[in-house]
Amino acid sequence: MIPEFGHFALIVALCLAVLLASVPLWGAWRRNTGAMALAPGLAMGLLVFSGISFACLAVAFLQDDFSVEVVANNSNSLLPAIYKFSAVWGNHEGSLLLWILILAVWTAAVATFSRQLPLLVLSRVLAVMGFVAVGFLSFSLLTSNPFARLIPGTPADGQDLNPLLQDPGLIIHPPLLYMGYVGFSVAFAFAIAALLGGRLDASWARWSRPWTNIAWAFLTLGIMLGSWWAYYELGWGGWWFWDPVENASFMPWLAGTALIHSLAVTEKRGLFKSWTVLLAIFAFSLSLLGTFLVRSGVLTSVHAFATDPARGLFILVFLAIVVGGSLTLYALRAPAVNSRVSFAWLSRETLLLVNNVVFLVATLTVLFGTLFPLLMDALGQGKYSVGPPYFNAVFVPLMALLVPFMGLGPVSRWKRDSAQRWKAELLLPAIAALACGLTLPLLHGEYNLWVALALVLAGWLLLGLGRDVWLRLRAAPTLARGLRRTPASYWGMVVAHLGFAACVVGVVATSQYSIERDLKMEAGQAETLAGYRFEFVELANFRGPNFRADEARFVVTRDGEEIARLAPQKRRYLASNQIMTEAAIDAGLFRDLFIAMGEPVGQGGAWAIRLHYKPMVRWMWLGAILMAVGGFITVVDKRYRRQRAASTASAGEVARGAQA
Amino acid sequence: MAPRLKLFLPLILFAVLALFLFRGLSLDPRAMPSALIDKPFPVFSLPALESGETLDRSLLLGKVSLVNIWATWCISCRVEHPYLNQLTEAGIHIVGVNYKDDDESAKRWLADLGNPYSINIVDAAGNLGLDLGVYGAPETYFVDAEGVIRYRHVGVIDERVWRSKLAAIYAEIGGELPPSLAGAGS
Repeated sequence: MIPEFGHFALIVALCLAVLLASVPLWGAWRRNTGAMALAPGLAMGLLVFSGISFACLAVAFLQDDFSVEVVANNSNSLLPAIYKFSAVWGNHEGSLLLWILILAVWTAAVATFSRQLPLLVLSRVLAVMGFVAVGFLSFSLLTSNPFARLIPGTPADGQDLNPLLQDPGLIIHPPLLYMGYVGFSVAFAFAIAALLGGRLDASWARWSRPWTNIAWAFLTLGIMLGSWWAYYELGWGGWWFWDPVENASFMPWLAGTALIHSLAVTEKRGLFKSWTVLLAIFAFSLSLLGTFLVRSGVLTSVHAFATDPARGLFILVFLAIVVGGSLTLYALRAPAVNSRVSFAWLSRETLLLVNNVVFLVATLTVLFGTLFPLLMDALGQGKYSVGPPYFNAVFVPLMALLVPFMGLGPVSRWKRDSAQRWKAELLLPAIAALACGLTLPLLHGEYNLWVALALVLAGWLLLGLGRDVWLRLRAAPTLARGLRRTPASYWGMVVAHLGFAACVVGVVATSQYSIERDLKMEAGQAETLAGYRFEFVELANFRGPNFRADEARFVVTRDGEEIARLAPQKRRYLASNQIMTEAAIDAGLFRDLFIAMGEPVGQGGAWAIRLHYKPMVRWMWLGAILMAVGGFITVVDKRYRRQRAASTASAGEVARGAQA
Repeated sequence: MAPRLKLFLPLILFAVLALFLFRGLSLDPRAMPSALIDKPFPVFSLPALESGETLDRSLLLGKVSLVNIWATWCISCRVEHPYLNQLTEAGIHIVGVNYKDDDESAKRWLADLGNPYSINIVDAAGNLGLDLGVYGAPETYFVDAEGVIRYRHVGVIDERVWRSKLAAIYAEIGGELPPSLAGAGS
């Protein structure tokens, strides 16, 4: 009964979404306040019924109801309860339901926290989100029903969740990623509402900015977790592969990064208006495109869900309606005339323009590389694959080009700045960054130019930010007052930029300084790597809830002092007979020690063992976390609360306008 | 160009992209250019990974072989590797083509994960891959005892694909199928 109940709730949710997409929009057109005022209630209803539907599927998983097809295919009675729960989104149908639930969460959040917006704007925004929900709900119901039953033919036990997905990182990775993906629908909805209303002023940028920042922060966390998962779960210490599915999540992030910077210009200076709208459409379109690529089977990838051309066609048609429709609207309604506001070449506007150009080029580069095999195939030019060398060759120089401008950004002024002032403020940080960056790698023995370059760039960011913070606080009469006067959005920017600097250092240091060695080892042997002594103490058998494993127990010492006990495993999962490598890692701020088991060698109990020494690898993920934290901090800025009072006032104007 | 027309540019670009995506739906990225099916395996002369001796297509004559394209940079290859080990243990003849890779990493990989290949052809420049029309690793070619390509599988070979599809193909082209690897239908 419960699955049928969930199915029914999903149908109710679809009906509510259809109403949400139509009634408030009609109300906005006819200036019918009653119809517009229905939007928040419908948004809440959508959340309630998607929530019920999701809960029903979760119950089916937790109760091992193998008469439900997705449960039978993706779960097993031996699976630990937490993985039974995360298995809900470890498959196409369930993850789509999660997508829908998260869209409903965002829609309800907009309905709740934006009550002070003019009703006209709010109803349009919610209607656009309702329209997106209609698309995904009908996609789920028509092509990918998560509640399909296997009656008759209910199996005695399920086929188990793919062991790669039986991992704590994968419990929260998809929800965070979807919070980001789907969150861009809010910026998109605000942009479309602004185009519909024909009033493309700074206010829509102010309204959508906090939402966009939160979505971007979630997406950052989601991508970071995916990279971290790949690092410890796939068992050979890699952390980014430029796989089509990774790219599908990375492209909206790149476009979103451009968007959050462009929104700043639009809000503060009323510039780049059409451009920002276009970026908002672009970021969400890339989220949809990612969904298409992952679920349609047009590209091959290890991450891809089981694919089906009918599903692909459905998403493509939906993509054409949403993206084609919004770009048509954009072409017809966006202001074609350049703004009268102007800015000088040396100004913060120019620097943010550089940011936008770099991130747009980066997005298009990744898009092109991802779609290249498809394009060549469609043109009859044969089959191609695009690998990491292409992406690295284009991406690394782009980011290196970005950082010098990024260091100037915070110190620079709007409208007009002068080279003299930049020189006066930043000459010292520049020299210090050069000096530190070039000398620090000397401490590590062999000199590495790439690391030196990364340190110079990171130092430049760090010291430039430090200088700016100091200038700001010095200008205030007292330190306390200076701190109080500095808005949260500024601190958010500082933290996010610091995160980026940490990321640069982490990526370069770990790529350049990592040491790995593959050895044949048996119990009792020891090996030394980068000053750490790895002793293989014993080989043991381990029995997990749904797997058996060989476990190699290691003690790691340095100068006779014990650092860690590590126990990598080679697991065989009972239901699927799949073999998995479970690496053991001793994590540290400055280095990770990583042991993975290969295959047994010979009959004497010896194993191929891989030892890694990975310096600074955590900096990459800590950097990403800092970026996300920065994104979250900007949202508590007081001015978004002040804006509510202001928008209540403008709502009054609209009401008066409607009466007149 | 009139300013308003310029704003149509994103729409036009998207329309072109959507056309390609639509075309992509009817293409199978795993499909083989039909030209090579039932044609002899391309002529090549490349070194062996293990010994360095020069190999050519005579290697594939006399028994049914799977020719597996793999590389250490390929994530999916790592996924399918344990199953290839099982296939070899059960007596299937697998020839490896180490595609666009470097020899040291490849040897380390085999030492680590086990070596399912009777021999490995080093295709560092990717020329053999080009002749075969390789889309991306992993790919596996089913070659019969006369050295003729009879089937191409793109993507990971695991127990599910093997039993549902590949086992039957292997038997059909004359391969001896051990009972432990029989397909679901047979």
